[in-house]
Amino acid sequence: MPNMSLKKNPMPSQEPDIRNKNFQEVALGYTAEQAMDEAQRCLNCKHKPCITGCPVMVNIPDFIAEVAKGNFEEAYQIIAATSALPAVCGRVCPQESQCEKYCVRGIKGEPVGIGRLERFVADWHNSNNKELPEKPVSNGHKVAVVGSGPAGLTCAGDLARLGYDVTVFEALHLAGGVLVYGIPEFRLPKAIVQKEVDGLKALGVTIATDTVIGRTISIDELQEEYGFEAVFIGSGAGLPMFMDIPGINYRGVYSANEFLTRINLMKAYLPESDTPIQHPKTVAVVGGGNVAMDAARCAKRLGAAVYIVYRRGMEELPARKEEVEHAEEEGIIFKTLHNPVEIFADENDDVNKVRCIRMELGEPDASGRRRPIEIPGSEFDIDVDCVIMALGTSPNPLIKDTTKGIQFNRKGGIVVNEDGLTSRDGVYAGGDAVTGAATVILAMGAGKTAAKAIDEAIRAKA
Amino acid sequence: MFRIVRKEVLQPSVILYEIEAPLIAKKAQPGQFIILRVDENGERIPITIHDYDSIKGTVTIIVQTIGATTLKLSMLNEGDCLHNFVGPLGKATETEGRKKVAVVGGGVGCAIAYPVLKKFHDDGAEVHAIIGFRSKDLLILEDKFKAASNHLVVCTDDGSYGRKGLVTEALKELIDAGHQYDEVFAIGPMVMMKFVSLTTQPYGIPTTVSMSPIMIDGTGMCGGCRLSVGGETKFACVDGPDFDGHKVDWNIAVKRNQMYAEFEKHKYEEVCNLLNKEVR
Repeated sequence: MPNMSLKKNPMPSQEPDIRNKNFQEVALGYTAEQAMDEAQRCLNCKHKPCITGCPVMVNIPDFIAEVAKGNFEEAYQIIAATSALPAVCGRVCPQESQCEKYCVRGIKGEPVGIGRLERFVADWHNSNNKELPEKPVSNGHKVAVVGSGPAGLTCAGDLARLGYDVTVFEALHLAGGVLVYGIPEFRLPKAIVQKEVDGLKALGVTIATDTVIGRTISIDELQEEYGFEAVFIGSGAGLPMFMDIPGINYRGVYSANEFLTRINLMKAYLPESDTPIQHPKTVAVVGGGNVAMDAARCAKRLGAAVYIVYRRGMEELPARKEEVEHAEEEGIIFKTLHNPVEIFADENDDVNKVRCIRMELGEPDASGRRRPIEIPGSEFDIDVDCVIMALGTSPNPLIKDTTKGIQFNRKGGIVVNEDGLTSRDGVYAGGDAVTGAATVILAMGAGKTAAKAIDEAIRAKA
Repeated sequence: MFRIVRKEVLQPSVILYEIEAPLIAKKAQPGQFIILRVDENGERIPITIHDYDSIKGTVTIIVQTIGATTLKLSMLNEGDCLHNFVGPLGKATETEGRKKVAVVGGGVGCAIAYPVLKKFHDDGAEVHAIIGFRSKDLLILEDKFKAASNHLVVCTDDGSYGRKGLVTEALKELIDAGHQYDEVFAIGPMVMMKFVSLTTQPYGIPTTVSMSPIMIDGTGMCGGCRLSVGGETKFACVDGPDFDGHKVDWNIAVKRNQMYAEFEKHKYEEVCNLLNKEVR
């Protein structure tokens, strides 16, 4: 008999006033009882609409059915058949606009907590099944993956399972891409990312850190000298965007990328870290996406009072709903329908205030969202000593500048076909390097698509 | 891991490190830089390449011991390894087609000025070198500069060696004496590069500076190294490190570079104390 409660089992979490002062994970995860109870809310409907909402097509009703029976390892194996990073996706996927959006239970009441169940299953597996996967028999073919973020890790994992000899090249000193430098510890513990990376290594994947493709080794060399039969570029989004307003280079103006990298990758909040970071009193984070929420919540944890300044309304915030709720609970102040027009500084060039203008929403623009319009004469100042720009990124020019034969679009993204193949033979691409800043799961989907195409292409040649 | 195969103390606070990094050695060109991290808790710092040997597979850097990271680095010996060493980053310096150039180096910046100067020289330009140091006990690479330049001026701030005074004065004298340079190339402390640029501006001599702002990844991801150049925001790591010295907004660049001065002072003292305890 299904559980007909209209509400999801709530996620046990650290109290807002405690968690906004530490970097430990906010959500604590379901207990086995809570997970089984939540799983019983699934009606196991025949047409499985949830699966169509999942970029990697996880067989959701089947894994949930196993959870309901208490067969957690079986549930894990069902997810792992299509998703390379279940513990990551369960935490960072925007479920409300994917699987859970299509859940029949969501028509009246809340959808099944698919993300929370995925997370439970992955965590259960990680703490109860310590065995690393076995290395498959090699098929003798070499593939290079550029970038160790979600797209690269997924592509590498899928190919390694098929017996390919995969090397992942990473520019930074740690593998994981945005999962380690961008998403904070309190939302995605780095031990989980490390575990996924270790799993790939057990499958035989080589991870070459400190290697910048385009600089240390070129794509030409990968194909011609190193003998990689295919190259997958998952190099991520790249250069952070800044507003074109006066004062943008004053001290205390950060890109979200820099602020988050100092905290997440370099652990600048720990006393033993040699990497500095400003400990601001009052911060304005500009932007309304997940990255803005992450930056705001990190700043809060460094002890600051934090504003989110966003030019549209609460309804239009592009961030995951849960992140917005968490941010509000933690005391972040939302200044929606506001936009900065100028940043001011003292005689040392240290930021001391930001001037904002009020906005109203007009007709929908090309993106389908209502266009924000400035209200003339509505400017006012907020005293802040730090401004963090979380406005998205533009593609990194490194590969473009150093590689011939790859076509790029007007915005600098790599042009690919439906298989992820670029205009250059044997070179595939996916993730933010193609789409511009998007989500972890979309990047994973692209890595998966490319892995399949690479396998088919190499088998066709052999 | 990246092994130190040679460590040479050039001056008490200026040390040369030759590091095993065959992939970087194969690709490096004058003007490019690397990012290194000494240990697990270490900061990522950019250091411009002094020399490279693609056959031996080594890259040489010259570093002045001035802060926590460089102090930790100075405690390593031949055979020890750096945690991370990545590059070559940034664009190489353009040296082709110049007939006559002046290369101005300041302090440990001379370590980087040298390969650029040598490249100009090898590419057939007449090269004048002006190198400046605070005092004699910081002087490095004089013989190398002498061998690769047509004219060398050594300056010290305190007059303890060569001529007393600033590199900008020596440069201005050479220009006023009628030397017509296609380009002036300056590498050193930001303040020095700023004043070299101000010196050449009235003469309209194209002036290139090698910027070394604060950086984390060095591949265009963080934006910490951004500069205002001709009113546009540029990233030193991917758009540079070389820029038109007449277009750089120096005031903001200098101040941004000192953003963490207090933290750095603190860290330096902390590492000093720690190392003293361990050493003694």
